[in-house]
Amino acid sequence: MLLEAQKISFGYRRGFPNVLQDVSLSVESGERVGLFAPSGRGKTTLCRLLAGYEKPDSGKILLDGKPLSQYKGFCPVQLLWQNPETAVDPLLRLGETLRESGVAEKSVLDALHIKQGWLERYPAELSGGELQRFCIARVLRPQLRFLLCDETTAMLDLITQAQIWNFLLQESSRRNLGLLIVSHSETLLNRLCSRIERLNF
Amino acid sequence: MNPILEVRHLSISFLQYESGFRRRMLTVIRDLSLTVLPGEIVAVVGSSGSGKSLLAHGILGLLPYNASMQGSILYDGTPLDPARAARLRGKEISLVPQGVNYLDPLMTVGAQLRKGERGAEIKKRCREVLARYGLKEETQSLYPFELSGGMARRVLISSAVLQSPRLILADEPTPGLDAQSAGRILGHFREMAKGGAGVLFITHDLDLALTVSNRVVVLYAGETVEEASASDFASGKLRHPYTQALWKALPCGEFTAVSGAQPYPGEIEQGCLFAPRCPHCRAQCTSGEIPYHPAGNGWVRCLLSPQEEE
Repeated sequence: MLLEAQKISFGYRRGFPNVLQDVSLSVESGERVGLFAPSGRGKTTLCRLLAGYEKPDSGKILLDGKPLSQYKGFCPVQLLWQNPETAVDPLLRLGETLRESGVAEKSVLDALHIKQGWLERYPAELSGGELQRFCIARVLRPQLRFLLCDETTAMLDLITQAQIWNFLLQESSRRNLGLLIVSHSETLLNRLCSRIERLNF
Repeated sequence: MNPILEVRHLSISFLQYESGFRRRMLTVIRDLSLTVLPGEIVAVVGSSGSGKSLLAHGILGLLPYNASMQGSILYDGTPLDPARAARLRGKEISLVPQGVNYLDPLMTVGAQLRKGERGAEIKKRCREVLARYGLKEETQSLYPFELSGGMARRVLISSAVLQSPRLILADEPTPGLDAQSAGRILGHFREMAKGGAGVLFITHDLDLALTVSNRVVVLYAGETVEEASASDFASGKLRHPYTQALWKALPCGEFTAVSGAQPYPGEIEQGCLFAPRCPHCRAQCTSGEIPYHPAGNGWVRCLLSPQEEE
């Protein structure tokens, strides 16, 4: 499968310069593409567009030649957000949050070291690293094809970071996922990616 | 030289309701000691949930009502009680908070930086400090939701350094920033340290901590496990197995992770908190108190590292 952005432009406010201007990018299944750019250049915005949270002002976003909106049910392109504490419902227990996207596989929960007791807790009672594991568990559905990782481990300590990436690399090659990895750390990208793209204009 | 900040045997506990009216004390930071000299950047490194932010909040007297603190904190040689902290914070002591949600969502960036002050002088300073971090003049008219993660981070730092503080408590100032912006911020910290300020740089990014700081204090589950100079890392003179594990997990190094996770407060009652994950764990590690003792030019809390003869 192929996820591609064709010459997309996008701005949040009228009268302000566009955040993205004629940006093209493609990711194939099984590929791990790194996205590298200085802060404030629209990396997160590009991820939001690719995952279907925003519509581009011009240009196209296609998954295997078809726009994302033609895929019904679970979206095959999923975004792992930069701040997991703002990506889960603060008023739901985490078990509930997981169930919203279907029954999670037990093997996934085990591999992510999610403890049974955590399912009964509220997001405020867990640390960022623990919440990020839930965010990963809920997107790893059989329908998932592309995973966009927006600074997924930027707020995590080194050991947790290594744990999570080792797991994600394993899963993505097992499921033949395409990965787009956004990070400010070039050493991390060099370690993880098969190709690195830079956003600059 | 007299230390600008001295934390001695600090413990912070929370009173928690277990079920019904039964309460228990949960100790989250235990026996933490560190000093910051003028002109020095001291990094505090540890995983999330190890009590790093709590330390900064404790120093500033910003703990919630159900927390209690033992031990002493000295600022400039005199005790820093909550009343004195309240007088000094935002002026001599400033905090770079961790979350980007510390910005007021209903105020423009400019208004937040000026903190109610008026006049040409403060406007000039705001412009200068924003320019220093690569933010344009227009940023002042934006609201926090219009900022990207990295821009919000730079606004938080601008706000903290606007008053030229003597002690900066920087709580995770760099995630979400590119290397250049992070470098600029750390360069500015270095510059302020040269001017005689002290910087407590709280981070989980060991790599970054090593590039800028003089000394590194490593926290694990609320305890200081090691204090080492930055050069000890590359030269392989690390004393504690947890610090060694951190070093091995760097993406530019082996990128391997020890299994398991940091224990919760109260989960391990006695002995070494790292024992369940430690490859060198021995019988005597799981009972009693492990002393924090000097080792070489640093400190360590581990039985493997021999205590030096007095």
